[in-house]
Amino acid sequence: MEKVYARTKTFQKEMVSGFCPGCMHGTVFKLIGEVMEELGIVDKTTCVLGVGCCGLAMEYITYDNTTSPHGRACAVATGIKRSTPEAVVYTYQGDGDLASIGLAETMSAANRGENITVIFVNNGIYGMTGGQMAPTTLVGMKATTAPQGRDPKEHGYPMHMCEILNQLTAPYYLERTSCNNPANVNKTKAAIKKAFRNQLDGKGFSMVEIVTSCPTNWGLDPIEALDFLENNMLKEFPLGVVRDKSKEGA
Amino acid sequence: MARVFMKGCEAIAEAAVRSGCRFFAGYPITPQNEIPEYLARRLPEVGGSFVQGESEVASINMVYGAAQTGTRAMTSSSSCGISLMSEGVSFMASARIPMVYVNVQRGGPGIGAIQPAQQDYAQATRASGNGGFRMMVFAPATVQEAVDMTYAAFDYAQRDRNPVLILADGVLGTIMEPVTLPETRSPEDVAQLKAQCRPWALVGHDPEKEARSFIAPGNWDTKKQQQKCIDNAALYESWKADVQVEELYLDDAEVVITAYGVSGRIARSAVQNLRREGLKVGLIRPKTVSPFPYESYEKLDFNRVKAILDVEMSIPAQMVTDVELAVKGRCAIETCLHSGGEIMGRAEIMDAVRKLCR
Amino acid sequence: MERNLMVAGFGGQGVMTLGKFLAEATCDSTDMNVTFFPSYGAEQRGGTANCYVVISDEGIGAPLGDSMDDLIVMNDPSLNKFLYKLVPGGTLFINSSIVKSEIARDDIQVVKVPVTEMALEMGNPKVLNIIMLGAYVGYTQVVPEDVVWDTIQHKLGKKPKLLPLNKQAFEAGLKIGKEAQTR
Repeated sequence: MEKVYARTKTFQKEMVSGFCPGCMHGTVFKLIGEVMEELGIVDKTTCVLGVGCCGLAMEYITYDNTTSPHGRACAVATGIKRSTPEAVVYTYQGDGDLASIGLAETMSAANRGENITVIFVNNGIYGMTGGQMAPTTLVGMKATTAPQGRDPKEHGYPMHMCEILNQLTAPYYLERTSCNNPANVNKTKAAIKKAFRNQLDGKGFSMVEIVTSCPTNWGLDPIEALDFLENNMLKEFPLGVVRDKSKEGA
Repeated sequence: MARVFMKGCEAIAEAAVRSGCRFFAGYPITPQNEIPEYLARRLPEVGGSFVQGESEVASINMVYGAAQTGTRAMTSSSSCGISLMSEGVSFMASARIPMVYVNVQRGGPGIGAIQPAQQDYAQATRASGNGGFRMMVFAPATVQEAVDMTYAAFDYAQRDRNPVLILADGVLGTIMEPVTLPETRSPEDVAQLKAQCRPWALVGHDPEKEARSFIAPGNWDTKKQQQKCIDNAALYESWKADVQVEELYLDDAEVVITAYGVSGRIARSAVQNLRREGLKVGLIRPKTVSPFPYESYEKLDFNRVKAILDVEMSIPAQMVTDVELAVKGRCAIETCLHSGGEIMGRAEIMDAVRKLCR
Repeated sequence: MERNLMVAGFGGQGVMTLGKFLAEATCDSTDMNVTFFPSYGAEQRGGTANCYVVISDEGIGAPLGDSMDDLIVMNDPSLNKFLYKLVPGGTLFINSSIVKSEIARDDIQVVKVPVTEMALEMGNPKVLNIIMLGAYVGYTQVVPEDVVWDTIQHKLGKKPKLLPLNKQAFEAGLKIGKEAQTR
């Protein structure tokens, strides 16, 4: 019998994930690990973890990693990449980290065309701190700090990071995907691979925004959360390529 | 080696390059802009990299990233900008990442004055960020000292895997003086210094062959976190062996002036003049303010020393807290203070000493 | 022995350059300690600008002394503001083209140099500071004049076209300074 599938070697052996049931962080880290193995870059990759649930991954992954102060992952990745250009660097950040406290670092790294890969996991809520409102929380969606639901008059509207960064000239590749079904998981993996390949080719800033679910803080079971994601999140955050300079011109 | 005439900020920047610094990120703020401006020209010449960060917050985190690869990395700022860096510095002290940064102090608090002052002593020595960490803090009084201390600071930082602060001020940043520059480390030496960090640095490790590098500015496990604090405290304790201090005329002094940095050099010159007047005055000038030279005060004969005059460009006085800890009530401690960008006058120090000698 | 000089004027009059050239020449030609310390107004241009040069055979404490042995004033406001800092017996150098206020002291020497007019006559108003530097060096002999000229040449290295004009300016200043000394 030929072995056709194995757990990625970028996960610690015997380690059981502490992510909540129905959370997609585990899936995304698995996809990243598979991409790294396929590209043969496990031994030169560093992961810069943001602060939040994603930080739990520090215990699970087998390759070099660090934790940045909340929001500063793109700045930390800039320092790593500029001082050690042969390194492959990616940040892994949630919506609070990348789009709220770290907005300046995200925008500026993108604007410099920093040659890094950014994995942005958008579930529309603060996870680890317990369900507070995020910059990507949907209008009307309840949060512990917006008990009546997000009210545009008071809280403004959800931020669309791919579209915001698309206003800048430098970014090379911006795509929004999801992991809500097998087809989208495959598309997410392809997007992650492209984002890493861009870095290896020296193309500059690439970001994959992955729309995910947070059943725990959405107050839904995993199946209901998938429905909510499809019926609500994906309406606000449409999937697809927002910018791909490899397709522009010739 | 012939002496050259250099501005403090530029001399600090050149010393950093010669010590092997290959990464700098910083944000403009007076009076330290000549450090980033110099390095923006100089670092590319030696294969290093310079980034103008979008803020002090971003800059310190770029340095945090670069330093995690074992690259000798530095930033600089002034007072309020240093406050913005405090979170990043705390992360580095927690994760034990080597780094050198420079505070060219201005008047404070708040935006303060752009002119020179020494208002950040307590911040530098006690709480440069959250969490009760400590750093070695060098307090140069001349451009030559600033150069020598900056050059050595990178070695201390790498030895301890801990941030090191150069606590300068607006006078030292903008003054020009003759200086003898230290030897430039060769590209091979610089590469070697980086390679020495490989076991812990983020340079990529094959998980099937060796342990990953795992930079942790904290711990989920409380026992591990407590152990980290214990280990850090042991490091801080070990610095007693690294104290640097200038002592003058302590054998017969009846009044001892104590001052660091720019106040220290002015006090030193006051001491020389007062000695010519026949006054028995001495000097304790801390060159490291962390670790503080408590021993220098311990050695004093308090049957003879009538008073200690603490001279600072800070109101209220800040270093005086350390002096009190050292003196333990064994003699009077008086202060001679300036602030707000008003530079200390030698004549004032001399008047204050004459009063104490009466 | 310590010698304190203050140079004061408007931003744009080359006040800083004057002080820096003198200090650098001292560094290059002697074993003395020397400091140059600039003090700007809040404005970068058009505001007040002054700098301090201290030369000493001991370690230099304050880079701006409590009192000045020499004072160079390039404009009227600086005269009124800083004249009191000059020690009795000290020397005041004034830009006599525009400093017209009465010099309300009789315990000092005064060297008058019409640097603004002289510079205009030479065809470039910017060399007024080099004329004043020449006058100061000619009068005080604090540093050998050829060393100061070497420093100027070195600093102007990237703009060799300006050398003849600066040489003329420096020498004209030297002449006035030396004559004032022998008077």
